[in-house]
Amino acid sequence: MKRLITLLLLVVCLPIFAAGSEGGEIDTKEIVLEHLGDSYEWHITTVGDHHISIPLPVIVHSKTSGWHCFSSSRLHGGTEFEGFRLAEDGEYAGKVVEIQADGSETRPFDISITKTVAALLINSIIVIALVMGAARAYRRRKVDAEAPRGLAGLIEMVVDYLLDDLIKPCAGPNYRRFAPYLLTVFFFILLNNLMGLIPFFPGGANVSGNIAVTFVLALATFLMVNLFGSKHYWKDIFWPELPILLKAPVPIIPVIELVGIFTKPFALMIRLFANMMAGHAVILSLTCVIFVTASLGPVINGSMTVVSVAFSIFMNCLELLVAFLQAYVFTMLSAVFIGLAQEGKQETEQE
Amino acid sequence: MGLLQPETGLLIWMVIAFGVVFIVVAKFGFPVILRAIESRKKFIDSSLDAAHAAEKQVAETGEKVRQLLTEAEQQRAQMLKEVAETREQLLQAARKAADVEGERLMTEARNRAEAERQAILRDARQQVALLAIAVSEKMLRAQLPDSAAQTLLDGRLIDELQNQTNKK
Repeated sequence: MKRLITLLLLVVCLPIFAAGSEGGEIDTKEIVLEHLGDSYEWHITTVGDHHISIPLPVIVHSKTSGWHCFSSSRLHGGTEFEGFRLAEDGEYAGKVVEIQADGSETRPFDISITKTVAALLINSIIVIALVMGAARAYRRRKVDAEAPRGLAGLIEMVVDYLLDDLIKPCAGPNYRRFAPYLLTVFFFILLNNLMGLIPFFPGGANVSGNIAVTFVLALATFLMVNLFGSKHYWKDIFWPELPILLKAPVPIIPVIELVGIFTKPFALMIRLFANMMAGHAVILSLTCVIFVTASLGPVINGSMTVVSVAFSIFMNCLELLVAFLQAYVFTMLSAVFIGLAQEGKQETEQE
Repeated sequence: MGLLQPETGLLIWMVIAFGVVFIVVAKFGFPVILRAIESRKKFIDSSLDAAHAAEKQVAETGEKVRQLLTEAEQQRAQMLKEVAETREQLLQAARKAADVEGERLMTEARNRAEAERQAILRDARQQVALLAIAVSEKMLRAQLPDSAAQTLLDGRLIDELQNQTNKK
């Protein structure tokens, strides 16, 4: 405890000493947005004036010169490479652009391994490793052996919990068919959320707070709901049991229902995206408080540092909860939508 | 705002990444885990049933054992009673036999003693007779030096003897 207090005091004092020597304005908005957005290299830290970052491969397809694949370090500092460079401002600020013969900038087809993609791939590998590791522990296990320990036990606990509390009640009698999908979604989102909370490589990337990621997840749920929907489900959309005036000359209810098909996954997408992005933004802003107040003198800076650290710890704890909660909510709503679309279907799997 | 526009490249990568994760994990990972959990649940249920059945059986067996014990107890008591009776009977028989034997032995002993006494008496009488004869012979030898007297005496003696024999 004593050591902890000393350490905290030290942390408080550091900016006080630093406050006098450092100058220059800090653009909090830019820092936060830069983190929330994507980048072509994975910035780890800055020592003095030297940036330490992992360069990632840039893969672009130009209409004129075909495929290009090179390291992002070649574009560092706005230099041009093979006719490409990082746009400094304008519509494509921060993106790789192709410089045309007339000097104008166009956006090539870009499937670069950006920071988000790299983090996504790493997280995907971790998910596969976790689940397959647990599955492997079960494959050789006899029924009457004792319950597994360690990783498999942890996964089992979560799977069992989700299955009993969420998938069985929500997804209807055919839950066995959808359980693997729902569990995949849960673990995928949870792991991406948690990895985003780790503030250094290989975590810290804002993967689940990226709209493209949540879009694909929502699309998957959309497909799961509508591809396996029952006759009853489709009938309820296009010809619900309502007074005929509500559906016959002007199909009011069917239109509303049809829009509802798309708004449900859309809400899923926005909810996950906004929650995770906001979490990252809040934590980053709180951290920036330290640097913003550096120009206001040592006393304010010191006290604000304490406040910032305290709030950051609180926010991180909250984000841990949110990370689980958002994964849970996404899975639960997916299960509910699937369950609704399964209505009127007989139980096909008899076990 | 840039944050709200999904990047094409990222979309493609996400589809690939999530697709691969989904195919691998949902096909080879979770079914195994789900099956294992389910089968274990079934196993636990069946084990519980078996345990209940076993418990019941044990209770039944206990009842049976108790019954057997009481029966055995009764049998033992019965046997003990019988044994006691038999013992009593045997004892009585033995006592009776001993009495009879004793009686027999006593009679025999008495008979033998009587026979002995008779023999002794006879012997003694013979001795006395012999002694008497010897004494009277001596006396007669002294008193009857002649044959006349002797013959007289002989006659008297013979008479006497004859009388004695007759008396007997």
